[in-house]
Amino acid sequence: MHEMKRRYVIPGDKIAEGNLRPLMNVVKSGSALIATRIGIAETGHDGVKVIPLSGVYIPRVNDLVIGKVIDHSSLSWEVDVNSCFSAHLPAQDVFGRDFSPARDDMTKQFAIGDMITARIIAFDRTRDPMLTVQDRDLGKIPRGELLRISATRVPRLIGKRGSMIQTIEQATQTRVLIGQNGIVVVTGRSPEGVNFAVRAIRMVEEEAHTANLTQRIKALLNVPDTPPAQEQRPLIASAPKSAEIESSIDEAEEELEVEGEK
Amino acid sequence: MTQTRKLIDENGIRTDGRGIDDLRTVKITVGPLKNADGSAFIEFGKNRILVAVYGPREVHPKHMALPDRCVLRCRYHMSPFSTDTRKNPAPSRREIEISKVMRESLEPALMLQDYPRAAIDVFVEVLQSDGGSRCAGISAAAVALADAGIGMHDLVASCAAGKVDDKVVLDINDEEDKEGQADMPVAYMPRLEQVTLLQLDGRIAPEQFGECLDKAIGGCKMVYEIQKQALMQKYFGNETELKEEVQ
Repeated sequence: MHEMKRRYVIPGDKIAEGNLRPLMNVVKSGSALIATRIGIAETGHDGVKVIPLSGVYIPRVNDLVIGKVIDHSSLSWEVDVNSCFSAHLPAQDVFGRDFSPARDDMTKQFAIGDMITARIIAFDRTRDPMLTVQDRDLGKIPRGELLRISATRVPRLIGKRGSMIQTIEQATQTRVLIGQNGIVVVTGRSPEGVNFAVRAIRMVEEEAHTANLTQRIKALLNVPDTPPAQEQRPLIASAPKSAEIESSIDEAEEELEVEGEK
Repeated sequence: MTQTRKLIDENGIRTDGRGIDDLRTVKITVGPLKNADGSAFIEFGKNRILVAVYGPREVHPKHMALPDRCVLRCRYHMSPFSTDTRKNPAPSRREIEISKVMRESLEPALMLQDYPRAAIDVFVEVLQSDGGSRCAGISAAAVALADAGIGMHDLVASCAAGKVDDKVVLDINDEEDKEGQADMPVAYMPRLEQVTLLQLDGRIAPEQFGECLDKAIGGCKMVYEIQKQALMQKYFGNETELKEEVQ
């Protein structure tokens, strides 16, 4: 297998030359492969792509998104999914094939202002994205702390095989729901844990492109690191605070142990 | 135009101390505005220009949307305090024209077909002007568009050249613009080697035209390096090589 080559690029930079396939955010001009956005270029055996570091959310089919119901007609809800296109959730998706606008009250299901988790089932250049809530864990979000991060930071927040988000969830005893569109909902038992998780998420957003981020998040959250004893001192400015929160997390952990997880 | 005094002395030094092939000091800061999707601040000589980019976002009014590509909207505006006598803040004929040429000079670089039915708004606000503000504005707008993460074939760099005291000089300042013989703003995509803006104000001999254009393109290439450096600095700091993360 070829070795993956990575480097920083800005629009117009030549990434490679030769018989390679241009994938995401790359165009071919003659025999050269040119980056079209700021990001990290990856040259693999299947082609060349650029993982962008900035930009707004553009919907893609099968994306899990979190959105806000902003309006409804007699046949569908209009959902703001933090993009330049507003999404539509057809009423038939919720009420079934025999939906009747006269009989079924749409506001009973989702009222204006509700936050929902949904999946994009159809989107192309000509039509607005279409949503579905017919899947496990989709539908209305009852409570939680809402955050908006850049959609380009979502993969970093999730981490390799979910490593980053698992670290945050475990350390703060919270559940973090991430939409591909950059909307994040944090729920947890203790407000301190939620606050701490929010801080960690903000830090990931700000420092997404830097190396050793997982380690620094672990330091922020006071998680002991498995590899050789890292310098464990938390950020100097937040030292007293983190000690306070640590104890509250411990308490929350105890509470959870009693009740048993899930 | 009648010239009142010499703009280039016998040693080839211009009124602000530059040689004929020297660019003014250019500094670009990426991302000064947090609310905008992309932004840039350029200091081009005494010019101070702030650029904000929003989008791709929904088009309002809706009928302006295009089914196959994105609409690019540019607004060039000079603040009332940007000149020594107060400038009326209402858009003037000149500002409307510059907004149009700016849009047309940026459009070829952008991949507008990637965002159909959407709009990209570029706001160029001149806080202090010193001649060549459209060039500085275009250069900063290209950086702000890249900062906004909009797909681009290349950055657009822009610089003027002109004729002063019968000599072709690079990067005309305010005084040379007013009292000189010709001013030629050029916007250029260095990788694609394509000119996206070419204007000429004043009179220039056909044999000097080529020289002037070449000089302006040379200036664009210098600006391009500064643009690239500014973007690299913002996103990657001083690192140029990527270090693999230890997971």
